[in-house]
Amino acid sequence: MSTNTEQTYEAAAKERSGFSDVLRRFLDSDLWFSFRNSPVAIVATTVSIIIVFAAVFAPWLSPTNPFDLAQFDLLDSEIPPVWMADGDPRFLLGTDDQGRDIFSTILYGSRISLLVGFSSVVFAMAIGIPLGLISGYYGGHVDAIIMRIADIQLSFPAILIAFLIDGVARGVLPREVHDEMALYVLVFAIGISGWVQYARTVRGSTMVEKNKEYVQAARVIGIRRGTILMRHILPNVLGPVLVIATIHLALAIITEATLSFLGVGVPVTSPSLGTLIRVGYDFLFSGVWWITIMPGVALIILVLAINLVGDWLRDALNPKLR
Amino acid sequence: MALLDIKNIRVDFPTRRGVFTAVENVTLSVNPGEILGCVGESGAGKSTIGNTVIGLLEPPGRMSEGEIDLDGKRIDNLPYEAIRKIRGRRIGMIFQDPLTSLNPLQTIERQLVETITTHLPLNESEARQKAVDLLARVGIPEPDIRIGQYPHQFSGGMRQRVVIALALCADPEVIIADEPTTALDVSIQAQILDLMRELCRERQVGMIIITHDMGVIADITDRVAVMYHGKVVEEGPTKKILGNPDHPYTQSLISAVPRPDVRLKRFPLVEYIESAGQARKELDIANHWLGKARDFEAMDGPLLTLEKLHMRFVTRNAILPRDRRYLDAVKDVSFDIKQGEVFGLVGESGSGKSTVARMIAGLYKPTGGNIFFAGGELTALRTEREKDRYRRQMQMIFQDPYSSLNPRMRVLDIVAEPIRFHNLADDRKETETIVLDLLEHVGLGAAAAVKYPHEFSGGQRQRISIARALATRPRFLICDEPTSALDVSIQAQILNLLKDLQQELGLTMMFISHDLPVIRQMCDRVGVMRHGQLCEVAETEELFENPQHEYSKHLLDLMPKLDVLSHEGLEVEEAQ
Repeated sequence: MSTNTEQTYEAAAKERSGFSDVLRRFLDSDLWFSFRNSPVAIVATTVSIIIVFAAVFAPWLSPTNPFDLAQFDLLDSEIPPVWMADGDPRFLLGTDDQGRDIFSTILYGSRISLLVGFSSVVFAMAIGIPLGLISGYYGGHVDAIIMRIADIQLSFPAILIAFLIDGVARGVLPREVHDEMALYVLVFAIGISGWVQYARTVRGSTMVEKNKEYVQAARVIGIRRGTILMRHILPNVLGPVLVIATIHLALAIITEATLSFLGVGVPVTSPSLGTLIRVGYDFLFSGVWWITIMPGVALIILVLAINLVGDWLRDALNPKLR
Repeated sequence: MALLDIKNIRVDFPTRRGVFTAVENVTLSVNPGEILGCVGESGAGKSTIGNTVIGLLEPPGRMSEGEIDLDGKRIDNLPYEAIRKIRGRRIGMIFQDPLTSLNPLQTIERQLVETITTHLPLNESEARQKAVDLLARVGIPEPDIRIGQYPHQFSGGMRQRVVIALALCADPEVIIADEPTTALDVSIQAQILDLMRELCRERQVGMIIITHDMGVIADITDRVAVMYHGKVVEEGPTKKILGNPDHPYTQSLISAVPRPDVRLKRFPLVEYIESAGQARKELDIANHWLGKARDFEAMDGPLLTLEKLHMRFVTRNAILPRDRRYLDAVKDVSFDIKQGEVFGLVGESGSGKSTVARMIAGLYKPTGGNIFFAGGELTALRTEREKDRYRRQMQMIFQDPYSSLNPRMRVLDIVAEPIRFHNLADDRKETETIVLDLLEHVGLGAAAAVKYPHEFSGGQRQRISIARALATRPRFLICDEPTSALDVSIQAQILNLLKDLQQELGLTMMFISHDLPVIRQMCDRVGVMRHGQLCEVAETEELFENPQHEYSKHLLDLMPKLDVLSHEGLEVEEAQ
């Protein structure tokens, strides 16, 4: 609460502008405080950032390029991880049946997994948030129709929907473009299966905000409904969306891995972690366990870390828990 | 030795930014059959004291100094089990909101019987009989039948009576009532207060009433303690404290209370509260943009005319029209407002006054009737474009300062929004100048423009709302209970501000309130509403001196008698 009579507008504006002010306010916030005091949040976020970083910079970080046929040698095949007997320090986590370095394949595989995961989440948000806003603000028949579609969709498991769309795409698209389009189809499929959560949450928050007096004040001024939705309501309903997005990201990655494991995901030319798990699966019981287990462990760590960040975020942003 | 002795207590709340002392150095006592009032504004620490006595202080809050004695024995340092036995049995508590004080999933019988059997050695049927007797005592008709019902089947006033019964059921020696009538209508309020006073005398129970409402204090308390920032600034018999206060804070607090019996020129400024806004700059209205010749057509006749306005809401929708249920919120309301006048609309909650305001402002479409404003017929307009012209001339201020500003926008953008939308300024610089001027004019200072709403208090936020409403240079301002959510001293400042602005800018105002003394201070003419209908329209003084309609007389009777309050420092407006 301010009573500074001395300060002029210019002085106040200057004080408030710029990145340093944003940074200061962030560091002072309850969110950062909660983060600093939660070991789980710190570890999980660090692990997630490391994995994302490693995935993005895979071409530079990885010791070999597993997709370059010249770089691997059949004679190097099926070498166990470095800590076991027969291990080779060139291949930290061992090699697969073709002589590719598992560590490198994981790095490149994470790239695809994260790419599909992020894209699906963004796609789902792009569908779910606007539908939620419209549903919550206009109500009536529009709301009823959108929510019934959502309900119908929720009665199918997400993976089944993704499967269905993928299958339809394969039938519809000509065979030559299968591989090129596979990624887009996958993102579309996983995104479509996930928009409902966003729509529902945004709808609930919109219905609450709609009755608040600042929205009514905007209507009295004469501001059109579309502008009210975008400028007044949207910024105020995005909080919970962040939490959902984080958890959805983990879910999307798992869904993609499942689909790839089942052979209907990304093409073999750009394998994701799921594909790697599948490829190594055949060798599991012949003693060459590392080809499937290593990518599996990587996937678990990635998804667990993201989930933990989402959990922490949900508790930190929940005003009732403060 | 008093029944309840609070000796020199201090309550701290350790937060991550340091230790906050909510209550400091407070010594109070209550005797059997006596009612002690604890009055102060929000944040003064009154509820904290109540919670501390009964042991319901939220951790990390803790009582760090002092002691609390019940009947001579210390109770604040007892172990959990011992405190649990005292709570309910020897000290009862009545909370503010009757809706949340009762468990919605249990019948009244369960809740009463459970409390009785916990504390008294009675079996189930004896406890039930006692509960029925209590309900009869607090004035619930047919207690035998109603005891088996659920809380949602009772109205607000009835629920509060049940809560009182609940507080009394174990025959406590002390009762703490935390704002017991704030959530109730003024007519129910009077009944509940009478009930509480009767019960206190009858059972020789000591009661502490915590409230911010002077009317309640004047009505039933024997002694009163005035709190400010966690300290008791003055304490003594009610008549003395209210009629002849010594401490400057009490004096200024009392002078800010709107009086039902006189009309003041202005509310005297209350020191000690917040700095009463910045001194407002004197503006040369003739040349200032706020007063510059607006492009509104001059007109004679009333500015606003309502004809047979009707609003019907569908409460239960159905496929067949005959199965639908409706609520007629506004029935056949007609009145007009002349240019430059302040018209008050008064009524209890549910009377339809806010609905009328919203229909005028364009938030609801009336199901019947016509609205004429500034020479045009609002109800006949179809497109948004046409309505924009009239929207510029009419603006609204809302009740809740905490939800009437978008929390994610800076104050500059909030106040500039109407200017930008209606294209009232030529460029950004001009918009900025206008907004800064407005903020200065409402007493916030130009530096407020860069801040966010959460950095301001309730009263300051209302000033921002007023600035936003003035941004389009309107002719007509609708104020929907603008000060109901504010403390009495802040209310005085905001009402002063509104009065000044109205006179300076020649605004026509419609002022809605349920608080008759406030209406008396602000309005020239008043309309009384009840159940959606307009009962009476009269000049303010006429209405207060000589009400015609039965309901108006009833409302005036229910006004708190504040004669006991001192009249010092008040400038009464001479009758015209």
